[in-house]
Amino acid sequence: MTKFGKWAGRALVTAIATIGLTGAVQAWEPTKPVEFVVPAGTGGGADQMARFIQGIVAKNKLMAQPLVVVNKSGGAGAEGFLEVKGAKGDPHKIIITLSNLFTTPLATGVPFNWRDLTPGAMLALDQFVLWVNADAPYKTAKEYIDDVKAKPANTFKMAGTGSKQEDQIITAMIDKATGKKMTYVPFKGGGDVAVQLVGGHVNSTVNNPIEAEAHWRGGKLRPLCIMDSEKLPYNEKVTATQSWADIPTCKSAGVPIEYLMLRGIFLAPGVTQDQVDFYVNLFKKVRETPDWAEFMKKGAFKQTFMSGKEFSDWLGKTEAMHYGLMKEAGFLAK
Amino acid sequence: MEELNNLLHGFSVALTLPNLGFMVLGITLGILIGVLPGLGGANGIAILLPLTFSMDQTSAIIMLSCIYWGALFGGAITSILFNIPGEPWSVATTFDGFPLAQQGRAGAALTAAFTSSFVGAFFAVLLITFLAPLVAKFALKFGAAEMFAVQMLTFCSFVGMSKEPPAKTLAVMALGFAMAAVGMDTVTGTLRMTYGFPELLKGFDFLIAVIGLFGIGEILLTMEEGLAFKGKSAKIQLNIVLQTWKELLRYWRTSIRSVLVGCWMGVTPGGATPASFMAYGLARRGAKDKDSFGKGNVEGVVAPETAAHAAGTSALLPMLTLGIPGSPTAAVLLGGLLIWGLQPGPLLFQEKPDFVWGLIASMYLGNIVGLIVVLTTVPWWAAILRIPFSVIGPVIIVICAIGAYTVHSSIFDVIMMLVFGVFGYLFKKLRYPLAPLVLALVLGDMAESSFRQSMLLSQGSLSIFWANPLVAGLMSLSFVMLLWPIVPALKHYLRGRD
Repeated sequence: MTKFGKWAGRALVTAIATIGLTGAVQAWEPTKPVEFVVPAGTGGGADQMARFIQGIVAKNKLMAQPLVVVNKSGGAGAEGFLEVKGAKGDPHKIIITLSNLFTTPLATGVPFNWRDLTPGAMLALDQFVLWVNADAPYKTAKEYIDDVKAKPANTFKMAGTGSKQEDQIITAMIDKATGKKMTYVPFKGGGDVAVQLVGGHVNSTVNNPIEAEAHWRGGKLRPLCIMDSEKLPYNEKVTATQSWADIPTCKSAGVPIEYLMLRGIFLAPGVTQDQVDFYVNLFKKVRETPDWAEFMKKGAFKQTFMSGKEFSDWLGKTEAMHYGLMKEAGFLAK
Repeated sequence: MEELNNLLHGFSVALTLPNLGFMVLGITLGILIGVLPGLGGANGIAILLPLTFSMDQTSAIIMLSCIYWGALFGGAITSILFNIPGEPWSVATTFDGFPLAQQGRAGAALTAAFTSSFVGAFFAVLLITFLAPLVAKFALKFGAAEMFAVQMLTFCSFVGMSKEPPAKTLAVMALGFAMAAVGMDTVTGTLRMTYGFPELLKGFDFLIAVIGLFGIGEILLTMEEGLAFKGKSAKIQLNIVLQTWKELLRYWRTSIRSVLVGCWMGVTPGGATPASFMAYGLARRGAKDKDSFGKGNVEGVVAPETAAHAAGTSALLPMLTLGIPGSPTAAVLLGGLLIWGLQPGPLLFQEKPDFVWGLIASMYLGNIVGLIVVLTTVPWWAAILRIPFSVIGPVIIVICAIGAYTVHSSIFDVIMMLVFGVFGYLFKKLRYPLAPLVLALVLGDMAESSFRQSMLLSQGSLSIFWANPLVAGLMSLSFVMLLWPIVPALKHYLRGRD
């Protein structure tokens, strides 16, 4: 009975889908392994998420064909984006993005734009937190910012990932808010950045939560404020006394900075709507798994999901924001 | 001895029959991955990672780390037999390993390489077992200035190595630095020397250059010399292992020095590749018969292999305790840990003792299993050289091409490999040394960003390199190394005046 029920249900869904797809006989499915391009190196935030998704898809058998993660990190991710841009009409190639979707073309002049790809779905947004070493005297963001204001420019050192990318953009925003320039020192990856702060070689970082969580739990780093309009919803204790939800917003601490980083999926240009739909549905299923919920909690992600026009509108707005911020900071390619 | 108790507990976790099976499987896969140039431990683990999600956590990480050991072992095989380094850290092994194979002593070279690998790894595991918390603290002392000092030391310990005129060495080194500069400049975030070619965005990959310069270049040379494969006279001796072991005991000084260099470079994290170069440079300096290096000296195989494995193994320590991977392979393993919900960091040892001590116990067992597996295969590997060149030559070229393609899944890289091959041939004909070029290519990028990060931190003042005893000591040692070759000449000059 249940078997028949399932079968009938599936048949019904297929029937509806068939009608819905205006004449298409069957919903599209991958016919060979899908290449999952990561425009960043191994071990970083985007890479971790892509490999995690690969694991969820394989474990829960969400797709008949395997998902293969490929790192194309050259030229701050331009290598990966250009590859997908060049694979016109190929539905077996998807790419996960980070902010370099916007920053790389603006900073380097490499010819690509998010409009050259087909937007799939937003998976989540990554937060940024202002961190200092736990031995530093600053208990609140205000104390730290006041000290930055009080000392001469370039006294304070900020470590971040890459150059003219999200971390440096945020640093430029902080510079603007304080009126004092900090020395920005670029490193290769978020893990390195966190360790530089733990070792006391710099004064602060704007690491993503997942990059610094272990050091916070270990009592080496202290979060001062979070760069979002509201506090995080995760109120399970991370340290003995604090949870992610206890971190105040930077705005409330007198530093009006809001910045979130896209974790989204794009397809090659020229793919059909039902190919896009397949991946949007696939990622909806990924997001429903308990493993994903756990991953979101661990990395304190903002769990926004978008697809279709809503996603495109968001992308347009965010691109304009990056253009404005980077122009002001003098990061645009000449 | 709390550590001993923990370790014994770890052995009870790791020493189950299925886990031992996974170890042998992992080691075998790892050796194959190591033999194929370009595939590399990092790629191999990345490909196999999803397969392990359905496995038990501890078993999965044991198998993955055994792939890592296997790849470390396997990298030496092609370096010695065909002059093709399977992994970046095997480049220094080719300097003496390949000449040995050409003299018909491939078995001895392989035995030396495998045994030294084991020794290096074993001491590094001891370090992880007993000194983990202390060493983790030491790693934190390394900021940008200290990193630059380490790279400087690597360069300086290698200077004066080449028998070719200094001008030629400088020329190829400069070429290496220029090639390392192509692509993204991480400090300013702009592109350099790409001239609008999207293929150049990612810069010149070290592995592709090495496969071309060494592997293809060597094949071109062999062809010119009339298809004669010099290793043909290799005899298959089943007792070669025991014979070589006797000889190896003589190099205990080099072994200890290389273990120290390796552990230190793995922890800081300088990585296995610089460690192997530095150990080779130091071994040559410390030796009485300097001229025999590069012509087939077993000691020249022992030094880089010991250091590379000590570094490769101790690189797991900062990964577990700080979450910073000491090598690309460790980076992928790190991704695996996160997927299993294991957050590397200072608390991992307390939060997941079963896992951590199981892993450490598997390092001991994995290396012993690995050593047995590779040593039994030595005669077989050596026997490959008896195959006529007209048969094995094309096979090598195909393996090289696959290797070059796998690095970035790009056909452009295969073309680059061939171009590098022609250059490798020309350089050898014109007697330009290749080693300084490779060293500059692999370290140039890292040294440049560390230097510029230091300059940003100090607002342009060079005093940062003498700001604390650690960095000052490293820098002073570099200069001593740099000026060392001049000392005998100076002495000679002064004496001449008397």
